[in-house]
Amino acid sequence: MSSIAKKKGFGASLWDYLTTVDHKKIAILYLAAGGLFFVIGGIEAMLIRIQLAKPDNDFVSAGLFNEIITMHGTTMIFLAAMPLLFAFMNAVMPLQIGARDVAFPFLNALGFWLFLFGGLFLNLSWFMGGAPDAGWTSYASLSLASEGHGVDFYALGLQVSGAGTYIAGINFLVTIINMRAPGMTYMRMPLFTWTTFVASALILFAFPPLTVGLFFLIFDRMFGGNFFDHTMGGNTIIWEHLFWIFGHPEVYILILPAFGIFSEIFSLFSRKRLFGYSSMVFATVLIGFLGFMVWAHHMFTVGLGPTANAIFSVATMAIAVPTGMKIFNWLLTIWGGSIKVTVPMLYALGFIPSFVAGGVTGIMQAAAPLDYQLHDSYFIVAHFHYVIVGGVVLAILAAVHLYWPLMFNQMLSEKLGKWTFWFFFIGFHCTFFIQHFLGLMGMPRRVFTFGADQGWDTFNLISSLGAILMAIGVIILVVNVIITIVKNEKVGNDPWGDGRTLEWAIPQPIPFYNFKQTPLVRGLDTFWIEKQEGNKEGMTYAEPLSDIHMPNGSIIPLVMSFGLFVASFGALYNGEKDWAIPVLVLGLAITFASMAIRSIKDDHGFHVHKEDILKNEGGNK
Amino acid sequence: MNTTKKEGFDLAMMKGLKKWRLYSLLAVLTIFLSGCGEEYLSTLTPAGQVGKEQFNLLLLSTGIMAIVIVVVLIIYVLAIVKFRRSKVGENVIPKQVEGSMTLEIIWTVIPILLLIVLAIPTVAYTYKHADVSGMTAVDAEGNKEAVTVNVTAKLYWWEFEYPDLGIVTSQELVVPTNEKVYFNLKAADVKHSFWIPTAGGKMDTNVENVNQFYLTFDKESAGLKDGVFYGKCAELCGPSHALMDFKVKTIDRKDFDVWAETMKTTEHVAQGELATSGEEIFTTSCIACHATSGAGTAGGVGPNLATFGDRNRVAGFMDLTEENVKNWINDPESHKPGNLMPQPEEINNGEKFSEEQLDALAEYLMGLSVEK
Repeated sequence: MSSIAKKKGFGASLWDYLTTVDHKKIAILYLAAGGLFFVIGGIEAMLIRIQLAKPDNDFVSAGLFNEIITMHGTTMIFLAAMPLLFAFMNAVMPLQIGARDVAFPFLNALGFWLFLFGGLFLNLSWFMGGAPDAGWTSYASLSLASEGHGVDFYALGLQVSGAGTYIAGINFLVTIINMRAPGMTYMRMPLFTWTTFVASALILFAFPPLTVGLFFLIFDRMFGGNFFDHTMGGNTIIWEHLFWIFGHPEVYILILPAFGIFSEIFSLFSRKRLFGYSSMVFATVLIGFLGFMVWAHHMFTVGLGPTANAIFSVATMAIAVPTGMKIFNWLLTIWGGSIKVTVPMLYALGFIPSFVAGGVTGIMQAAAPLDYQLHDSYFIVAHFHYVIVGGVVLAILAAVHLYWPLMFNQMLSEKLGKWTFWFFFIGFHCTFFIQHFLGLMGMPRRVFTFGADQGWDTFNLISSLGAILMAIGVIILVVNVIITIVKNEKVGNDPWGDGRTLEWAIPQPIPFYNFKQTPLVRGLDTFWIEKQEGNKEGMTYAEPLSDIHMPNGSIIPLVMSFGLFVASFGALYNGEKDWAIPVLVLGLAITFASMAIRSIKDDHGFHVHKEDILKNEGGNK
Repeated sequence: MNTTKKEGFDLAMMKGLKKWRLYSLLAVLTIFLSGCGEEYLSTLTPAGQVGKEQFNLLLLSTGIMAIVIVVVLIIYVLAIVKFRRSKVGENVIPKQVEGSMTLEIIWTVIPILLLIVLAIPTVAYTYKHADVSGMTAVDAEGNKEAVTVNVTAKLYWWEFEYPDLGIVTSQELVVPTNEKVYFNLKAADVKHSFWIPTAGGKMDTNVENVNQFYLTFDKESAGLKDGVFYGKCAELCGPSHALMDFKVKTIDRKDFDVWAETMKTTEHVAQGELATSGEEIFTTSCIACHATSGAGTAGGVGPNLATFGDRNRVAGFMDLTEENVKNWINDPESHKPGNLMPQPEEINNGEKFSEEQLDALAEYLMGLSVEK
C-alpha cells in the first residue's frame, strides 16, 4: 500500500471508506451519518411545530404525531447528537494527545457500523408498519400497550446502535489512558480530551442499565417476559429507574464534550490560556460523578415519597456548583484576552447566555414541589431544548466550523456561517423561550393538538415561526458545506492562526499515520509553547524517525454489524412470519462467522517505511 | 400543631428573603407572571394553598436565578466590549493567566449559599405537600372529616369515586372549597398523570400502586369563564393523550354536602316522549358500560353518566351541545382516536344510529342531572 495520495475512482474511494479503520475517516463517516440523522430529526421537529402552529390543527393525526415526537427525540439524542460528537472525538482527540490512532482501530469501525445499522433499522420502521409511538422515554405501561411493531423497532434498533456507542466509549477510554504522547500528562490534556475521557467513562457505566432495560422490554414484548407487566407481578417503575439511570448521565455524555469544544474555542479565539484549567478539569469530573446521583429528579411525580424527592432535589442543585464554576472560568478566559469573533467564537458567545438560561431553569425544576407543576409541561420541553440545543447543538455547529479545516483541509465560508448562526440563534430563542410560559400556563407536553381559547394560541404560533428560522439556518449551513466542498480551496494547518494544541500542529493534509514521529509534549497548549519559542515546525519530537506499524483496513466490521441488522428483523417478526426464525439464525450466523474469521485469521497490519515517509513529506509540500 | 410550626418557618423564611433584598424583585415578578395565562388553567394564578406555595417557590427560584443571570451577563458584556481584538490590537499577545484560587472560592461559595436559600423551603414543602396524615382523621362520631376522592385514570377518561360517601362520578370532579381534599390516584390501563394546574402540581397515576396527595381549593369555580377549573392528563398515554381533559367544580362545603346527598338518592326519570325513547335505546345499547346512578363504587367500564347534563364537556373536551353529543355517539373514534367506546355499529346490530335515535339519545342524556 502506498502512502502517496493518488486520484482514486469512486468505487475505490467507497471501498476505502467501507473498510477503513482510520480514525480520521471514521470521523467523516460519523459526521456524514450523524448529519443525515440530524436533518431527519429536524424535519420531524418541523412537522411537530406545523401541527402545533394553530389550535385544533389536523395537519397530522394523533397517532402519527406520537410517532413523530418519539422519533424526533430518539433520533436527535441517539442518532444525531451523540454520533456528531463522536465524529469530533474521533477526528480531534487522537491528534490532541499525539497518538497514531485510537487504541482499537478495528473496534472503532465496528462501533460506527453498529450505530449506523441500528439507526437505519430504527428509521425503517416508518416504512414497515409505523414508527415507535411511546415517546423517546418509552415508559413501560404504554410501550407494552403500544400496538404494531414500532416499539420493537425502538428496542432492537437502540440495542444495536447502543452496542456501537458502548464500544466507542471503551475505545476512547483506553486510547486516552494508554496512547498519550510522552509528556502528555493528565493535567496537560486539552479540555476536549478531558471531556471525551469523562463522557466515555459515563458511557461505560450508563449504557449497561439501558441495555438491561431494553432487553427486558424486548423479552416482555416478544416472549411474554412480564418484567414490566404488573398484572403478572412485574413493575413499570423499574423501567423508569433503569431508563433514567442511563438517561441522566446521557445528558452529561452529550454536554461534557460540548463543554470541551467551547473550552477550546474560548481559549483559541481569545489567544489566552484557559482560565482555571485545573478547576475546569475538577468540575468536569465532579459533574460526571454527580450525574449518576440525580436520576430520580426525572421521577419526582412518580410517588417515590418525600424523603427520596428531598434527597434528589438537593443532589440535583449541587450540580449547579461545578457547572457555575465552568461558566465563570470561561468568562474569565475571554476577560483580558484578545477576542476574535469568528463563526466558532460566535457560537461560543451565543452558548453562554443560552446555556445559563437552560441551567437556571434546571435548578428551578430541581426544587421538587415546584417540579410537580413544571414536570411534563411545556416548561420542561423549553428547559431541555435550552440545554441540548443551546449547549450541545451550538457546540456541534461550532465544531463543524472549527474543525472543518482540520478534517477536510478547507475552510467553511465565514460569511455564510454567520448567517447560519444568526438565523439559528434567533430562531432557537424564539421557538423555546416562549415555551417556558406555555408550560407555566398549563400546557402539557406531548399533546398532538390543543383547544383554542386556553390562552396558548399566540405563543404556539410564535414558537412555530421560530422553528422556521432555525430551519433556514440549517439550510444555509448545508449550502455552505456544498459550496466549500465544490470550491475545495486548501488552507493548510493552523488556519485560525492561534492554534494552541497538537491537532493544529500536524501538517495538512494529515498523513494517514498521523505524526511521523511521536511528539514530545512540553506543557499545556504545547503547540502554543513551541510557536512562542519560534519553533517553525511546531513540534518537538520524542523519537527518531523510524518505520511505522499500521493496521490493515477490513470489511469485517461492516459485515458483523450487517448480521445483527438482519437478525433484528428475524427477532422482530418472530412468531408472526414463517421466515422470522431462519432470518434470525442467518443474521446471527453472519455475525458469528465474521467474528470467527476475525479471530482465526492473523492480520498483522503493515509497516510504512522510513523512506516512504520522507518521500511522502516531499509529496505534501 | 405540625402546621403552625411550618407556618412559622415560612414566616421566618420570608424575613430572610427581605434580608436578601429580593422582596421588591419578587413583587415585580409576581405582577409580570400573573399577567400570563387563563385564571382557570394557569399555574401562575394559583387557587389553593399547595399551588400558592409552589408558586412562591417559583418566584423565589426565579429571583435567585435572576441574580445569577445578571452577574453573568454583566461580566459577559463587559468582556466582549472591552477585549475585542479590534480594541486591544491585532498583534497583542494577552497575558497567559493560569487562574485564581480566590475567584474559584468565591464562585463556589456564593452559589452554594444561594442554593441553600432555595433548598430549605424546597425540602420543607416537599414534606408538607406529601403529608396525607389528615386523610384518616375522624370526628367524635367516627365519621371521616376530610373528603377523599379515589381517582382512576382510564383511556382517556377520569373516574372519581368518593368512597366515604358511596358515590361515583366521572370527567367532572366536584370538591368542597377551603379544606384539604385528599386523593388516591391509580391508573386502570396505562400510566397517566393527574394535574390541576391552578390547584397544584401533578401526581402520576401508576398502574401498580396507589399514590396519595392533597390539594386545596380556595375559590369557587362558579365565577370562572366556564364555571370550572381545567384538569389535564400530563403523561403520554396514547393517541388521545391531548384530549384527556377533565374539569373541576369547586363549591362551598354546604353545597357540596347537598350535591353528595342528591347524588346518593337521585333516580333518573326520563322527561317527555323523546327522552323516554332515548332511555329505551340507552338501556339496550349503552347501559352495559355506562351507569346513570350516582350511588356506587369505582370500576365502571365507561364513564358514569349520572351528572352528564350538568357537565361542561362531552367526552371531556367538546362543548356540551346536543350536536356534539350526537357527533360523539355517532363516531367516537374519529373524535378521540384510540378510545375504547364502541362505534355505533358494534352495539346497534351493525348499523349506525338513525338521526331520530341520536336525537332521542341526546335528549335523554342532556336530561341526566343532579343539579337541575
